[in-house]
Amino acid sequence: MNNLAIPVWGYWLMGLCLAGFVWMLVYSLKKYRGMHRSLYAWPYGLWMVVFTVIPLLLIGYYAFTDKLGNFTLENFANFWDSNRSMKRELMVQGFDPAALGMDARGTVNVSTLVYSLWMALICTLVSLVLGYPTALIMADRSFKMGATIVVLFVIPMWMNFLLRTVAWMSLLEDSGLINSLLKLLGFSKVQLMYNSQAVLLGMIYNFLPFMVFPIYNALNKQDQRWSEAAMDLGANKWTTFWKVTFPISMPGIISGITMVFMPSVTTFFIPRVLGGGNTEMFGDLIERTFLTADDWNVGSALSLIMMVLILFSLGLLRRVDPEGEGGSMI
Amino acid sequence: MQEQPRLINLEHINKEYDSVEVLRDINLYVRKNEFLTLLGPSGCGKTTTLRIIGGFERPTSGKVIFDNQDITDMPPYKRRVNTVFQKYALFPHLNVFENIAFGLRVAKRPKDEVAKRVNDMLELVNLQEYGKRSVDSLSGGQQQRVAIARALINEPEVLLLDEPLGALDLKLRKEMQLELKRMQQHLGITFIFVTHDQEEALTMSDTIIVMKDGRIQQIGTPKHIYDEPKSAFVANFVGESNIIQGRMIRDELVNFCGVNFTCVDFGFAKNASVDVLIRPEDIVIVGEDVGQLTGTVRSVLFKGVHYEMIIEAGGFMWKVHSTTMQPEDSLVGLSVVPFNIHIMHPMEETAP
Repeated sequence: MNNLAIPVWGYWLMGLCLAGFVWMLVYSLKKYRGMHRSLYAWPYGLWMVVFTVIPLLLIGYYAFTDKLGNFTLENFANFWDSNRSMKRELMVQGFDPAALGMDARGTVNVSTLVYSLWMALICTLVSLVLGYPTALIMADRSFKMGATIVVLFVIPMWMNFLLRTVAWMSLLEDSGLINSLLKLLGFSKVQLMYNSQAVLLGMIYNFLPFMVFPIYNALNKQDQRWSEAAMDLGANKWTTFWKVTFPISMPGIISGITMVFMPSVTTFFIPRVLGGGNTEMFGDLIERTFLTADDWNVGSALSLIMMVLILFSLGLLRRVDPEGEGGSMI
Repeated sequence: MQEQPRLINLEHINKEYDSVEVLRDINLYVRKNEFLTLLGPSGCGKTTTLRIIGGFERPTSGKVIFDNQDITDMPPYKRRVNTVFQKYALFPHLNVFENIAFGLRVAKRPKDEVAKRVNDMLELVNLQEYGKRSVDSLSGGQQQRVAIARALINEPEVLLLDEPLGALDLKLRKEMQLELKRMQQHLGITFIFVTHDQEEALTMSDTIIVMKDGRIQQIGTPKHIYDEPKSAFVANFVGESNIIQGRMIRDELVNFCGVNFTCVDFGFAKNASVDVLIRPEDIVIVGEDVGQLTGTVRSVLFKGVHYEMIIEAGGFMWKVHSTTMQPEDSLVGLSVVPFNIHIMHPMEETAP
């Protein structure tokens, strides 16, 4: 079946929706300027319902039901033991999994999650270590190239993230740019791809801007007089940084960590391209469960577990940074 | 006061930003325990001068001498000078106690000493109960006190204050003026105060330095600056004034508005054109037939303590302050005693 075949009335419907949307927007802006603020919110509200709330409810529904639509917690048990459904199948057919030596717990899901968390942690730490000095340099008023660096960080983000990741392949692969250069210089070829390090590199490359910008933002709006006051009170440059500049930039750091850690945990595609088949992260696992294994119920359960984990870590960070400052640039 | 030694000397200080001149040949000294005010309109270079003393700016040329030692290139954290910043610049991540303690913490003083000295400071600025509060929860006046306490805890020899009262309302500002003055006398610290408020400068200072366009216009005591301004600019900036062009007939006789007035100034060239300054409160309203000038009252404003009247006489609109009101359009005589007529060299209006 051709998925792209949209009936004629479909185009009419889309056109009508768009026209109605524009009309409502213009109308509400004109007539209710400042009076009924809630009216401005309805397009956003609609957007949220259609693209966030309903999918969430669907995920919840699938996660707690079996293929027939009956309530079950089996999907979560499947997360803990990925061999569970296979073992049940065996028992249904009258075999004893233990007797066959097949009663071991399937640890793929759990270990993939742990591996994802570990990779995300490393990615976040490296991004912080690389990103903070970068942001510091960019925010330095006496450094004239600051704005240029900002642009250099932004421009790659205009490109598709898949494209950027694939571009790394042509650098890292055996016949890639780096290895060709090494060969030219008389060194032997180095295996750069298809390992965790390559995946990590791709992740850091993709997510570093999300660390740099919140920190840059937090540093940039710091009052110069704060560090002057510290110096005035006897602190040298080093002490001034650690006692004033750094702690005041904390909200930016928290934002940066949040914005790097979240997409890192859910990373997919990058491990497949740069890691080959050797590494799998949780995002890929979810995708595989949905699309390859065609198991929407287990896939939803995995997504839900991921989401709870992210919400939990967000909640932790919110405690440290109640105002959610510093992330306003992105 | 006069016998105190000089603590700070600025010698031929010039400052340029991207080849724009902001300070030109600044020479001044500050005596120990003096309350010195840098007064001038915004952009006159007073804050830059203060920042050079604090060490936040380096002069393009010239020397800063502190206690007979050249400190021109010394970084701020080594100077025995502390600053109360404009808008205070309190550390937002520290509470009141830790803000004040900052200087001692940096110097790694023992804990009990820090606690004792910070509490003493809190008492000095009357904020005993506020140690645990966050600085954002304080009012402008309280933040001001924290900023002062933070700067004073290092026991500086000189306290620099950069328009510290600018953000306060009138009543609070008057209170803080008196309190600062009291603090300065009580602690025996040299204060260098930057302001654009002439009244503030007159109230608090031992010495005022009037600045304009990066140059010093006049240095003197408040009374000296007010009574004997060197130029029409100083006269206008410090207090209200009537400034008219006149001509010196000879020593102690000046002609303006077509009338000869006896004055006390001498040493001007014969027939030299001069600026004549008469303060509004020095003009006495007398009967229309006995005044040196006769004029008509054009407008009357009630100002609280006095009436401010604009009186047209001799082709000039005189601003006159008096406690008795003359009705509008009435004919009055104006009289000035010789001592209150002040003769100045005309302002070089267009000179760079």
